[in-house]
Amino acid sequence: MNTLSRWGAAALAVVLSGAVAVGSGIAQEKPRYGGELVFPVPSEPPSYDAHREQTFGVIHPVAPHYNGLLQVDPTDPTGTKPAAELGESWTISKDGLVYTFKLRKGVKFHDGSEMTSKDVKASYDRIIFPPPGVLSDRKGQYGVVEVVEAPDPYTVRFRLKWPAVSFLASLASPWNWIYKADILAKDQHWYETHIMGTGPFLFVEHVKGSHWVGKKNPNYWDKGKPYLDGYRALFISSSSAQVAAVRGERAHIQFRGFTPADRDTLKAALGDKITVQESAWDCILMVAMNHQKKPFDDKRVRRALSLALDRYEGSKALSRIAIVKEVAGVQVPGTPYATPPDELAKLAGYGKDINASRAEARKLLKEAGVEGLSFTFKNRAIPMPYEPVSVWLIDQWRQVGLTVKQEVVEAAAYYGVLKKAEFDVAMDFQCGYTVEPDLDLYKFTSRDRNPSNYGFYEDRVLDDLYQKQGRAADIEERKRYVRQFEKRLLDDEVHYIMTLQWHRIIPHSSKVHGWQITPSHYLNNQLDTVWLSQ
Amino acid sequence: MAITPPMDAVEVIPAAPRSRWVAGALAFSRRRPLGAIGAAVVVLMIAVALTATLIAPYDPLAVDFGAMLAAPSAAHWLGTDAYGRDVLSRLVYGSRTALIVGFGAALVGATAGAVLGVGSAYFGGRIDLVLQRFMDIFISFPLIILALAMVAILGNSLPNLIVAITIPMIPRCALVIRSSALSVREMPYVDAARAAGYGHARIVLRHMLPNVMAPYLIMMTAFLGQAILLEASLSFLGLGVQEPTAAWGLMLRGAAVEFAEAAPWMGLFPGLAISLAVFAFNLFGDSLRDALDPKLRTL
Amino acid sequence: MSRYIVKRFLLMIPTLLGVAALIFLLLRVIPGDVVEAKFMTGEGQGLSSAVMAAERAKLGLDKPVWQQFAIWVWGLLHLDLGLSMWTGSPITEEIKLRFALSLQLALMATLVATVLAIPLGIVAALKQDTWVDYAVRVFSIAGLAMPSFWLGILMILAFLIVFRWLPPMVYTPFWVNPWQNLAQLIWPALAVGYRYSAVATRMTRSSMLEVLREDYIRTARAKGLWLKLILVRHALKNAMLPVVTVIGLEFAFLLGGLVVTEQVFNLNGLGLLFVQAIARRDYTLTQALVLLVAFVFIFTNFVMDVMYAWLDPRIRYR
Repeated sequence: MNTLSRWGAAALAVVLSGAVAVGSGIAQEKPRYGGELVFPVPSEPPSYDAHREQTFGVIHPVAPHYNGLLQVDPTDPTGTKPAAELGESWTISKDGLVYTFKLRKGVKFHDGSEMTSKDVKASYDRIIFPPPGVLSDRKGQYGVVEVVEAPDPYTVRFRLKWPAVSFLASLASPWNWIYKADILAKDQHWYETHIMGTGPFLFVEHVKGSHWVGKKNPNYWDKGKPYLDGYRALFISSSSAQVAAVRGERAHIQFRGFTPADRDTLKAALGDKITVQESAWDCILMVAMNHQKKPFDDKRVRRALSLALDRYEGSKALSRIAIVKEVAGVQVPGTPYATPPDELAKLAGYGKDINASRAEARKLLKEAGVEGLSFTFKNRAIPMPYEPVSVWLIDQWRQVGLTVKQEVVEAAAYYGVLKKAEFDVAMDFQCGYTVEPDLDLYKFTSRDRNPSNYGFYEDRVLDDLYQKQGRAADIEERKRYVRQFEKRLLDDEVHYIMTLQWHRIIPHSSKVHGWQITPSHYLNNQLDTVWLSQ
Repeated sequence: MAITPPMDAVEVIPAAPRSRWVAGALAFSRRRPLGAIGAAVVVLMIAVALTATLIAPYDPLAVDFGAMLAAPSAAHWLGTDAYGRDVLSRLVYGSRTALIVGFGAALVGATAGAVLGVGSAYFGGRIDLVLQRFMDIFISFPLIILALAMVAILGNSLPNLIVAITIPMIPRCALVIRSSALSVREMPYVDAARAAGYGHARIVLRHMLPNVMAPYLIMMTAFLGQAILLEASLSFLGLGVQEPTAAWGLMLRGAAVEFAEAAPWMGLFPGLAISLAVFAFNLFGDSLRDALDPKLRTL
Repeated sequence: MSRYIVKRFLLMIPTLLGVAALIFLLLRVIPGDVVEAKFMTGEGQGLSSAVMAAERAKLGLDKPVWQQFAIWVWGLLHLDLGLSMWTGSPITEEIKLRFALSLQLALMATLVATVLAIPLGIVAALKQDTWVDYAVRVFSIAGLAMPSFWLGILMILAFLIVFRWLPPMVYTPFWVNPWQNLAQLIWPALAVGYRYSAVATRMTRSSMLEVLREDYIRTARAKGLWLKLILVRHALKNAMLPVVTVIGLEFAFLLGGLVVTEQVFNLNGLGLLFVQAIARRDYTLTQALVLLVAFVFIFTNFVMDVMYAWLDPRIRYR
């Protein structure tokens, strides 16, 4: 044997032993069967129908009873990869207009009947083309779909009107539960008050004002799963009580998120018994400036408001007391289309030299003739993190000579204020179930195209860029358009001001395994991969 | 055998008007030390509120992210809160909010209630019946729910908050004063006065008002404490005063609860301040009630 | 006497109607409605106004106000509270569990208040103007002064830090598991009961004082100790009447009024439901809750009035 092959053999041996070591490490992490997962949920589901509701109060206790056609890959920390669920595999036509899915065979509903393509078609027809009297919350997302077909019992086909890059991601939505076609044919409202799905857990009981219980589905199509015997969701609205529950080891995990203070308290009290998972959160607070009101129609003024904010110092300080942290543009940092930090620093308000930024802000305000401007900032009456962010904003604006008074409006009345444009500057908000530019950027397109634009502006360049990125041929081209969109939105025109990205903190009992945090609190709640150690 | 004159005799001593007040106050203090302590604390609170700009070491709104959650020290006597604002300064300025809300609500509430109660008692008959129904209706509403609804309608601002707190209190005051006024109404000399042609206003002012003075004052002091507590509760629920204003109830919200173990000073001092203020008002009012009308049923 | 009872009973009706009308109108004046509260939260993409209008029509919100009121009152006369606008389930179902909890809490708190107030009040009256009297008054007023949520937070912290123990999180009815039930509710009952004992203590004290000043008591006192004991018992009986009425009214208040306490101790009671219902603009639920609480209050008032009139004939002729 020559020297090279001896080195080669040695290298191979190292690699192999490494692989064995890693393998045994993973083998040690073998899931244990049994146990009941207990978790508090801050709000109770208003109805059991995910097609109609928007709140996580529906997802957390009820999602384990259902499956979707596709799911977001639960092991991917960015929460952006569509993966197979009831749809086993799929093909996309060359022109991107036809998506064909092969369904799994032998999937049973909880009543024993088999799931076939007619169930998928009936469910998606309900979502995309809701019959009169049926509310489909996400109908607007599926304007691209022309028709849903079920040519044979295990094939479903979607025909699109134009090639939408994000279509697969939209099918992976955690809200698109597959219902039983026969039931829907008889009563379209049945699912609002009943449960019948194909999911890993069977429905046991829902005691209003108290708890929700599910138990293991022994005939689940994913053999070997779920690992848990069951789960119990406790409806506890007070956040300090939720923390106390985890601390008192009465609950294992809370799936929405805790504050930094809660995390520190739990860590201090329980030490190793607590594991903390953290991630950027697909939610962000933005400052909406009413372009119809002077002086916010002047982009110099808007730019000044963004330049005044020291986002980096703010991130350090606020991340200690609030659920915000990352400095972000229009996409959650760490996800495929997010702008890297050094490029982000080139946008207005994201520069590292805050003194220079603030000096420019003062100059712009003076030029616009509104030095020492004073205005009212309207905010929504939700404590976390609206309150800390608003205190920070007001303080930062003070540094460039602006006097800002805050007016807090009750949550239920807030939408009315925004819709009727009864504000100068207000707090706006967006949360998504997956990080996808089509979903995240829609809000910033022109007002006449999209009613959730509370800046009340029209910008055709933005609209054009939005369309371009939605139909881009490949990832690099799409990234380019997204960057351009971001630059126009946050730097050239400053139509909206991003504050800091929310930060999701999940301190949970170290007994909980198999659950990966993602940027969305709507994802990964089926509990089929979760197991409890002793 | 020396006969000790009764304490009330102190007031009989002829003296210049100012020292009569002082003498009266001293007599009150001796007979009712609890009430005196309460009054003293109230006066102290008022003094603090009036001199807030002088005695507060920092601007209560000054955010200082470098000094977040700092423990009490030489720089910050009572520590700082989650935004680095000085707790002592916020406490001092918070007394202003508390007193404005407290006095505002109590004065308006007690006076409006007195007017309604006296009017209802004096005019009697159908007016009385209708007014009583209205009062009953408002009283049957849980206090905090009515305040909640008022805040939701009027919006979040200090004057609106005072209105929201006052409205549930008016009927309670009205009913109490009504029963006191009624006992006068039934006296024959009122009928005689009417028969003699005296105007309504004169009868009310001359005969009924002195009788309702006692319950009026008692209700007002009772309301003062309750108004402060109600403001604190509403702020705690997020419906009262808003950030970044300094108010005691507001200081007990959110971060104070979350950091209760790591930074207990944030919640401890505002809680103590509220307790002390309400305690003082109630002590004073309790002694007042003892002196004037112990059996008053105030709901 | 029966005329008095009938008269007071009949007076309950306009009051209840007035409460119904008041809450009905109040809710419709508050900006925002249930459809906006549910779907325009920013968590989703929002709904079109056509869809929102359809949802409103489904809930009957598009009808003129007086018609909505008439429909609701008609339902009430059939003892039908209606459906919750937020969940669509019957309101009786929503309220059931919470009502049981709030009722039990109110009863327990009243019990605590009574057990505290009566002995303390009597002692304070017997030892008027001594340090015992002052101590009792300071003690009871302290309870009134402390914000209940502050006290609750301190209590929970004490449990966690000192005892490393937590009261049960979920409500179990008494007949299912008495120990767990009591373990959860005793703490808020103590906190609330202590607070409300102040008013009852004061009433007991002043009522006793007035009775003790009566002539027959004075002569008994002059005569000797054992006679005094017997007459103190007599005095008690007469003194208790206003105290009982005060306690009864306090109980009626407690039913819907413990909003903050419930939040702090995490009790799923009526108070919390109230706040949620208003925040969600769930008109039917809020209306039903207000009526329920008002009814309890008005009825308690009625019972107290009758009792008073029965024991003190002068009142009947007012």
